[in-house]
Amino acid sequence: MSDFPLVFERGAAGRRAARPPVTDGASMAELLGEEALRADPPRLPEVSELDLVRHYTQLAHRQFSIDGNFYPLGSCTMKYNPKLHEDAAERFLDLHPYQDPDHAQGILALLHDLQRDLATITGMDAISLQPAAGAHGELTGILMIRAYHEANGEGEQRRVVICPDGAHGTNPATASMAGYDVVEVPTGPDGEVDIEAFEAALGPDTAAVMLTNPNTLGIFERRILRMSEAAHAVGAQLYYDGANLNAVVGRARPGDMGFDVVHLNLHKTFTTPHGGGGPGTGPVGVKAHLAPYLPVPLVAREGDRYVLDAERPRSIGRMRSFYGNVGNLVRAYAYIRTLGAEGLRRVSSMAVLNANYLRVKMKEAGFTIAFDRVNMHEFVAQPPAGMRTLDIAKALLDHGVHPMTVYFPLIVKEAMMVEPTETESLETLDAYAATLAEVLRRAEADPAYLAEAPRHTPVRRLDETTAARKPVLRHGFGDL
Amino acid sequence: MPYVPHTDDDVRRALAAIGVDDVDDLFADVPAEILDPPLDLPEPMDEVALLAHLDALAALDQQAVPTFLGGGVRRHFIPAVTPRLAMQGEFVTAYTPYQAEVAQGVLQSTFEFQTMMSELTGLPIANASMYDGASAVAEAALLAVRQTHRETVMVSRAVHPETREVLQTYLWPLDIDIEVVDLEPSLTTPVPAVGDHVAALIVQDPNHLGYLEDMPAMAAAAHAAGALLIAVVDPLALAVLREPGSYGADVAVGDGQVLGVPMQFGGPAFGFMVVTDGLLRQLPGRLVGQTSDVDGRRAFVLTLQAREQHIRRSKAKSNICSNHQLAALLATVNMAALGPTGLREMAEGTVRRAHQLAAALRAAGADVAANERFFAEFVLRTRAEGATVRRRLAKRGVRAGVPVPAEYGIGNGVTLAATELTTDADVEALLAALHDVGELGVVGTEVVA
Ligand SMILES: Cc1ncc(COP(=O)(O)O)c(C=O)c1O
Repeated sequence: MSDFPLVFERGAAGRRAARPPVTDGASMAELLGEEALRADPPRLPEVSELDLVRHYTQLAHRQFSIDGNFYPLGSCTMKYNPKLHEDAAERFLDLHPYQDPDHAQGILALLHDLQRDLATITGMDAISLQPAAGAHGELTGILMIRAYHEANGEGEQRRVVICPDGAHGTNPATASMAGYDVVEVPTGPDGEVDIEAFEAALGPDTAAVMLTNPNTLGIFERRILRMSEAAHAVGAQLYYDGANLNAVVGRARPGDMGFDVVHLNLHKTFTTPHGGGGPGTGPVGVKAHLAPYLPVPLVAREGDRYVLDAERPRSIGRMRSFYGNVGNLVRAYAYIRTLGAEGLRRVSSMAVLNANYLRVKMKEAGFTIAFDRVNMHEFVAQPPAGMRTLDIAKALLDHGVHPMTVYFPLIVKEAMMVEPTETESLETLDAYAATLAEVLRRAEADPAYLAEAPRHTPVRRLDETTAARKPVLRHGFGDL
Repeated sequence: MPYVPHTDDDVRRALAAIGVDDVDDLFADVPAEILDPPLDLPEPMDEVALLAHLDALAALDQQAVPTFLGGGVRRHFIPAVTPRLAMQGEFVTAYTPYQAEVAQGVLQSTFEFQTMMSELTGLPIANASMYDGASAVAEAALLAVRQTHRETVMVSRAVHPETREVLQTYLWPLDIDIEVVDLEPSLTTPVPAVGDHVAALIVQDPNHLGYLEDMPAMAAAAHAAGALLIAVVDPLALAVLREPGSYGADVAVGDGQVLGVPMQFGGPAFGFMVVTDGLLRQLPGRLVGQTSDVDGRRAFVLTLQAREQHIRRSKAKSNICSNHQLAALLATVNMAALGPTGLREMAEGTVRRAHQLAAALRAAGADVAANERFFAEFVLRTRAEGATVRRRLAKRGVRAGVPVPAEYGIGNGVTLAATELTTDADVEALLAALHDVGELGVVGTEVVA
């Protein structure tokens, strides 16, 4: 079997697909000086336009996607990304971030109203649209908390961020980047944070508690109001990782749960496309006492004009250049404006319905449910004894569907985290459950079945050990 | 239109299978006092109404007029084929390629991206992308601190002001000091005396005002003190300018918008980071590596993940998880479409158009800064404040003039940028508008409009 070519291995010297307008004139050496110029051109592809089209079309065909089939990755909210949103975003492509704000009143109005609507949805007082992703929003939020404690003269005292042991890796990584120590609290037998351990961990050194609710097991923390009271009683701030907001969007608000800061993953709940790994978009909302620390600039209204307000002396500063991932902010705005409050309620209601339905079906198919109880938008399952989650995931690939998130959260052995989302039909969920049952049946009948899966994918299992031991991180052009 | 397929029958069937009577029973764990608050959101719109609403907003925004704005984002040629290929549903609606067997599209194109960024910068190891240029610079500074165990970074004032603000935000909680190098009258950075407490020297080339820096001398100054040189570069400029690897930069970072990403009011584009072999283990972000599958076929996979948050948690090199993959794919397809010749023509066209613009302005009596070594943009001293000039020009249908901040000490001024897309008619329009607002010629009173 031959290798699928790299774009560098196609075409021939002298070919190309696209021609920019050409300007003649003085040479670069005359204009910039010989010493400023590079000696050799970069070795970029030289392909015709049709070569190029075939190459990236064929690569697209070697790529699984939501558009292609069911993609129930837990924690990722792989819901349908409406085509309408792509049309919406196209209306604002030619806007320069530094054009005169008086001549950008349309986009500023949109961003301003999106700030307002996201504040309403989360129950917070103010929103920054600036962060580029969930993790970036986390850093923004924890830095604001740090600035707040410092302003209160408690910067030295508060050194610790508390996360549950089920937390996503970005939570502890963020706390470290913000200069904090991390303390993990265990999960109890009901799948919720162990409340005694949690209360014992809180103290005068606690800067923040980072939670997601529902948590990474898909279980709603029923004691959230007690947790929030306990955290605030010791002067800590409560941070909401919004990755799981799809479970409650339109029906419950982090602000009402007692959270002081929240980030949203617009690429999850508000269906901006994941793009093969990004760009995400991670707006941050805060209660009024933290609003002075929001990053600059904010979109503000002054009389009948919208302005970019950068004169905020207590702000933590900028988290990135310009104002945010505006293309995605337009998509999220389109989503909220077409759904309205009722539509959002239906999103979370049907997301939770679908996840519970699939939980029941997977149990019938022979899987164990970790913390078996009514769950929210996702749940964590385990394979029958003796089988490995990785193998089942690979077998699913042969059936044309995508596996669930595997081996996360870390606190469940052989974890299979399943999140179907509200945009899937029951037929799709039935078919997935049937496929899972079929995989178990064949695995029991033939031990080689799992070991050799996948058989029908564009490539089969990869040698990841060699990839890491002898890293090849770029094409060698035959001379490296 | 919540894009939900459930019929009433479906809901009944699902509830029966679950064994509850009502969808609300599934929300029983949510404390009753916080369930279903009233939400004051606008009434929903249908597709036609939404697009009409967005058209009305877009009509308030100046687009598709002569444009001379730079400052980190520019309007460049993007062939039709680029977005058509990169924005295919398979790429747009994919997740991070964790199941490599069915994600070779994203993985291979990312490997191609890493190769292209390595070729452009002359450094061996590019990650799969960062959020933007500014946050990439901040991450590069943190990398230098980890690598050298020193707690000060030195940064030229000619690094984009917003980038320096982001650097400040990232370094503040870790108590890392920032020393700023002031500019010479030529609006370039003098070669600084780098102390042996400095982890990295950060210099942007071309700098924020458009001018070329003496990068080989910067590298020598940094290395003499055992510090790293972090070169903040314009990747399109690297089609003609000397590449960071050739002058000994340890890290090349920057923003990729100019490589084929629409301006979109400043985002999303992507950041990139390319490093020497010795810095591999300190590199933040995702990396794609080449390997083979069980049948011996070449295949690509996310690798060296022990640097990342999902494995290393609080000990990770960065908290970055989602990156800007789709924007990086736009750049990958775009560079493949243009090839080395097309990219060079764009860079050359940019330089020529910018220099022609400067000459035309001088000829018309404008006060253009003296330094001739600029890539796409340069400084124009103005009578009125920069932001005022920009607003007056906008009223005359021209987008031009990023205000020069007061910290540069040149008084009132703006930067003007040209690209290969700038036409003679655009230049005429700018000159006429500048004339109109009293910024051309030696005489003339302040025109207010
Ligand atoms: C629970 C949780 N928190 C945080 C994140 C990080 O979000 P992002 O990838 O947008 O940085 C994720 C995303 O995978 C997540 O699932």
